[in-house]
Amino acid sequence: MDKTVRSLADAVCEIDDGAVVMIGGFGGSGAPIELIHALIDKRPTGLTVINNNAGNGRIGIAAMIDAGMVAKMICSFPRSSDPRAFTDRYLAGKIELELVPQGTLAERIRAGGAGIPAFYTPTAYGTELAEGKPIAEFDGRHYVQERWLKADFALVKAELGDSHGNLTYRKAGRNFNPLMCMAARRTFAQVSRIVEPGMIDPEQVITPGIFVNGVVEVTAPAQEEELIRAGRFYEGGIYAEGANA
Amino acid sequence: MTTDTLALNTRDDIKLSNAQIAWRAAQDIADGAYVNLGIGFPEMVARYQPPGRQAVFHTENGVLDFGEPPAAGEEDWDLINAGKKAVTLKPGAAFFHHADSFAMVRGGHLDVAILGAYQVAENGDLANWRVGSKGVPAVGGAMDLVHGAKQVFVITEHVTKDGKPKLVDTCTFPLTGVGCITRVYTSHAVIDIADGRFVVREKLAAMSLEELQAMTGAPLHVNGTITDLVVPTL
Repeated sequence: MDKTVRSLADAVCEIDDGAVVMIGGFGGSGAPIELIHALIDKRPTGLTVINNNAGNGRIGIAAMIDAGMVAKMICSFPRSSDPRAFTDRYLAGKIELELVPQGTLAERIRAGGAGIPAFYTPTAYGTELAEGKPIAEFDGRHYVQERWLKADFALVKAELGDSHGNLTYRKAGRNFNPLMCMAARRTFAQVSRIVEPGMIDPEQVITPGIFVNGVVEVTAPAQEEELIRAGRFYEGGIYAEGANA
Repeated sequence: MTTDTLALNTRDDIKLSNAQIAWRAAQDIADGAYVNLGIGFPEMVARYQPPGRQAVFHTENGVLDFGEPPAAGEEDWDLINAGKKAVTLKPGAAFFHHADSFAMVRGGHLDVAILGAYQVAENGDLANWRVGSKGVPAVGGAMDLVHGAKQVFVITEHVTKDGKPKLVDTCTFPLTGVGCITRVYTSHAVIDIADGRFVVREKLAAMSLEELQAMTGAPLHVNGTITDLVVPTL
């Protein structure tokens, strides 16, 4: 068994037009920037992207939106320090938004990975985000039925990975990544270091390799927040800076 | 509200600052409590923990027991809070994924959640995520946070900038949650929500109950004594 993938381009080569793609991260924390940029280089269109946010500045998911690749965002918080990419397209009616409360988003993804087609949550009961959804009463309280979320692909960022696909994460960069690994038909992880099987203590494995299809090493990953603060943007396969930012 | 209450005296002359509202809320957080502070103004509550008490702060993106922001230049952008601000860890901190994080929220494991508000209704309904149908809607974790924490507090100005009540009989802005708020700390009073009514617990000594009522969009009730709302200069 060897799930290591030689290049970022190989890791995203299966993602075609119209795919549903989960992308890990919370803001820039745990965001697989290099995988996203490899996907921009391939440039499939009509994608549905599932992430907590909807991009920031002109890199990562924002750069995907700028490149016209995203038809729909499923997220909880499509705002950021520089939300222009999503905001402009949304207000122009050029991108669809499915707004999901953050905990419901996490649980829908978990349910998708766990084979649970629907569940009931107190979240959003009595609000506009529950409109049209089945309501049930349990022990005297009202709950909203929410459905699982699944994807064709998940792109995630991890810290250590091995050839079996076992993953560890770094600090709060874990966030949605382990859930998305479970909920996609094909999951590809960028990791800061690929290690030999056995080098990750089995007690410390966060995502077991069964949920992962490919692992690609990015030894010094860029950090979205730092790129934005430096005024960088991703366009045409390179990090540019200044003029247009 | 059926009548325009703009003309009422909103006692801007004696109101508490945001820091003082945050200080007052902090006094009600017990040692060892697990607490989630909403993004923005509620984050200020962490600064005013009484000496000798240590709360454990939870952030939606998967950290328990985070601490102060790091020094400039020392930020690790994988270590942020829900407001996307860099934080540090205290000894005993823990990381976890988002489904576990919201299990802590919805599952009743948090002791206190503190949120801001556009409006709070006398039945405990909260509106705090959007004011209309324009622009880009964004909800984040607000709708989850109002369910599950043992106590859900609001900290807020008593009235809006243009003098309209924020404590109302029925929320007119889109709801975040139904019947979820247990206590409101305002610039002028501490008010519990009990059995679908606003019950005044504390108010500024310099104002009368009638004046407080005039700034409030639903009937205020008294159950026992109202104590003076006393806060330090901050």
